[in-house]
Amino acid sequence: MDTILLLAHTEPDGTLAKPALEALSAALALGGDLTIGLAGAAAQPAADQVAGCGAARFLAVTGDAFAEPRYSTDAAAAEALCRAAGASMAIAPSTSRWARALPGVAYRLGGRIDTHAASLAARNGAPEVTRWFYRQRMEAVLSRSQRPWMVLLDPGSFAPWSGPAGTAEVEAVALEAPETRTAVTGVRAPQSGEQTIRPDAKLLFVAGAGWTKKQADGAVHSAEAETLILGFLRAAKASLGGSKSLVDLSGEGEAVLRFMTHLNQVGQTGSTPRHPKGLSTCCHGEEPHVVGWRFIHERRAINLDPNCGWARGKADVLYVADAFEVMRQVNRLLGS
Amino acid sequence: MSTPLQIVVCGSIVPDPLQTLEPVIGPGGPSLKNEMMLPAVLDPWAGHALYEAAHLSQKMPGSKVWLVSLGPKAKLQQVMMTVAQKAPFELVALDGPASGFTDSFETAAALAAAIEGIAGLDRARLLLFGGWESASRGAGSTLQMVGERLGIAEQFQGVDQLTVRDDGSLEILERVEGGRHQVSTCSAPPAVLGWATGHLPEPRNNPQVGMVNMRAVMPALQRARAAGIANAGLTFASVSLPKQQRETRIVKNLPAEEIAREIVAWIAEE
Repeated sequence: MDTILLLAHTEPDGTLAKPALEALSAALALGGDLTIGLAGAAAQPAADQVAGCGAARFLAVTGDAFAEPRYSTDAAAAEALCRAAGASMAIAPSTSRWARALPGVAYRLGGRIDTHAASLAARNGAPEVTRWFYRQRMEAVLSRSQRPWMVLLDPGSFAPWSGPAGTAEVEAVALEAPETRTAVTGVRAPQSGEQTIRPDAKLLFVAGAGWTKKQADGAVHSAEAETLILGFLRAAKASLGGSKSLVDLSGEGEAVLRFMTHLNQVGQTGSTPRHPKGLSTCCHGEEPHVVGWRFIHERRAINLDPNCGWARGKADVLYVADAFEVMRQVNRLLGS
Repeated sequence: MSTPLQIVVCGSIVPDPLQTLEPVIGPGGPSLKNEMMLPAVLDPWAGHALYEAAHLSQKMPGSKVWLVSLGPKAKLQQVMMTVAQKAPFELVALDGPASGFTDSFETAAALAAAIEGIAGLDRARLLLFGGWESASRGAGSTLQMVGERLGIAEQFQGVDQLTVRDDGSLEILERVEGGRHQVSTCSAPPAVLGWATGHLPEPRNNPQVGMVNMRAVMPALQRARAAGIANAGLTFASVSLPKQQRETRIVKNLPAEEIAREIVAWIAEE
């Protein structure tokens, strides 16, 4: 049976975020001896947070140099934790930080890595990873003989671990910070000043290019579209996705939805976020309806075309209606 | 402006996204049905990386761009007929699989060896570009391993913007959670940058650029070394298409207010 290392980086307050707790659930489900490896400015709060999970050891690389997300320091910390743990498998959440650093660590350790794992299970005592290929068009189950085997789990794939906190005994792994030419200087919010991407939202609102087309009165109402969409996002605390056609229009500087960027794009060349519910509006096409909400459980669509081939068969409910009218009423009911 | 750059872009080909894809499992592992018959395009993220490289190279006279591409030679040739018209570059071709089922570890080894073989490449001025993922495997791990093999520990992924300052240092915007960008500076090359979409539109075809490129592309394809990717130690238990087809309830002729009530109630359900 494999020995498991859960690799987690701590948040600025020293605790673990939800994706790390989800990865902990996955690691525990595999069975086998579990070591938790923590990296960040401080690790004790994180170790205490999951003290009751049954891990055999808690290892930590800490210090100011390891506070910021940066390839060289994160890779060095993860490498040191892996070597100290000596585990045959390392499980980690697919955060931007670990996704950047851990593939290089796998190389340094002479191991292998699989990313975007949607499921991880043991079959006959051997772990198997389920992941999607060709942008969520096909799903494969795979295993590897090489060790160490690192697996990055997509957030939202497992229920986060919850259990008693306590006081964990943390073994410090001594590591001198590597020389680096990179300095993290800050984080830049969207230009609109409005946060439209909320990974933890219960609802994904997908806007299509129809919002920017001429409406029944023969005019374009992009200003009202912005107001309606932003009002809904605020009231429903939803996350915003955009079809490729709409995002591309925004990038070309046309008078469209100013808050829409490529970061919002869902589908083939965008993201495939995980949310319990999804509502698509003014969308037509395969990308938003098939690829973009592959991991959306309950799906509804508002579309003027009752025969939209992409919504039919992919959505649970298709409302044949004018999205402007419906969203005006929705916002009124939500008090926006 | 600072010293000219040497930009190596790693990028391969993927089936045209509009094609229907069906997996088949053979003795050599999984592949796509009629894979060699499917029309191919340059991977979208690799394309962004190439166009950003060309743009940067244009702004910094004396800079040069290489495109290192692993794929079946015949398909590469087909795709290069179009890509070569987009931006000036020198092709380094490797004849091997471009399948989504190939292992990133072995792919990285082949790409790194090809880059090490580029004559006259000044590693001190090297920017290694590529897509942060691909539309085939979407591994998001190949570039980091190429960088490690080349000894580059300044790496950035999900890059949407690169600015080369007057002193030669780099300012990089990387995508992080919550639709935000992390801002970093790197004092100088070499560095690895895995591009997300960037900010540049796809360049228009320029037949003159295409003619200049193709003079070198055809010999590069003829010289392409075979790069076998064995997928050693990797076993696929199954590969399947999602079967999920939903029973869609079509709601017509319902006033907007009623639809809104239904949607609001649905949103509130736990």
